[in-house]
Amino acid sequence: MAIAHFVASGMGGIRTAGDLVARMEFTKRMKVDKAKEYVAKKLGVTSFDLSDEYVFRDLREERGLGVITGVPKTPKGIAAKMNIEDLLGIKINSCERFRQYRAKR
Amino acid sequence: MVEFCTRRGDGATLYLSKEKIRQDIADGAADAADMGGVKSISSDEMEHILEIICSKDRVVGVQRGKEVVLSYDIGQLDMTGDNGNSGGGVPASRLNGALVHERTLCADTFELAHSDYSIKPAKPVIANEMNDMEVIQNNIIIPYFYGAMPNMGLYYSPDGPFGNPADLMREFKIEEAQQQAEAASKHLARDIAYVSTKIYSAGSDGFNFDTTGSAGDADFVGTLHGVEQLRKECPDANIMVGMAGENVMGIHGEIEYNGQVVAGMFPHQQVKLAEKAGADVFGPVSNTNTGKSLAWNLARAVTFVKACSETSKLPVHVNMGMGVGGIPMSETPPMDAVTRCSKAMVEVAKVDGI
Repeated sequence: MAIAHFVASGMGGIRTAGDLVARMEFTKRMKVDKAKEYVAKKLGVTSFDLSDEYVFRDLREERGLGVITGVPKTPKGIAAKMNIEDLLGIKINSCERFRQYRAKR
Repeated sequence: MVEFCTRRGDGATLYLSKEKIRQDIADGAADAADMGGVKSISSDEMEHILEIICSKDRVVGVQRGKEVVLSYDIGQLDMTGDNGNSGGGVPASRLNGALVHERTLCADTFELAHSDYSIKPAKPVIANEMNDMEVIQNNIIIPYFYGAMPNMGLYYSPDGPFGNPADLMREFKIEEAQQQAEAASKHLARDIAYVSTKIYSAGSDGFNFDTTGSAGDADFVGTLHGVEQLRKECPDANIMVGMAGENVMGIHGEIEYNGQVVAGMFPHQQVKLAEKAGADVFGPVSNTNTGKSLAWNLARAVTFVKACSETSKLPVHVNMGMGVGGIPMSETPPMDAVTRCSKAMVEVAKVDGI
């Protein structure tokens, strides 16, 4: 059923900007249009572009936001999320924990 | 007479005339408006739903640029679980499950789930859940929550320490049934606070409370109190509250939250309490009637959810799985039905996610 929903109306996660829009909905309680405007502005694209794989395949790699295919030497996991924090101006809990664990003891 | 190929609420194929589909849409919307005390959808919106249902295409979708966020419940169990979890029965680690959903199934958010997907069973194995959360957070990029059902039924005899209201009410012990429900509700809130704050400390982006209110009004109240506690102790946690049914069952009948009796509340009322408790996203539900057509069920669901979206300050992620959100009650919901429901919810009910 996940596939059916994605095909009908889904943004596409890290194929495009779905995870970024989701972060703004959850972190700042933004409704979808507002969340899209916010993310689009931060990336310098239009809201229409946010679910365009053609735009985002390269954009995500250039900005280190994590890419959908297995590309060596690109940020993944915490590293990609730290770049997402910087882009969106938010704090991500797993990144905070990482920083705490990295702190000098 | 031209007939259109559509579905019944159990997934069976139906051939109906356009007039019959139009009538079913009107009747479904009217039923929701009447039950919920909300405005029905307009005649233009009904015609739009009619157009969606009567499309000759197997798969329909929203226009480019109008896509919404897809969040999840049940976590990786849709892949690794047995059919009791509606799962595909493919054994895999929870790390594999998470990355498969991120990389190949286009999830916008995802969640870690215990195979016994409820709060009570997660409590004794919380260290295991925390460790797996940490490992997966090191690898995943999309928002990754912990998901569990409050499932207050597990706190009643024979599975739990409290008397079972169903048994007590059969013996006309109404007051005692209410007292047991209230006690179970407090215990649930305490366990929610414990599990959710522990998992947040392991790096979870937040928590998804799935099928809230499944054991009735006391379950709903206990969950809201648990959410309050999580919000207080973890102010930045992302919290999603998804419901079990369109209407809060009044098993207790008089229990209150924020000075309001919650029994009988519909989505446009439930969302206000979720907001008050501290949720970030709300997941309304509309239950499918297997004897009615897709048109009837979908129009009814859209009417409930539109009223919820209009009143909600929170983003609304409508529950759209088997038997909810207009989708047929079937273990393998047909693609044509799912995509029609998905499109209608975005375009007519104006949801922020699914």
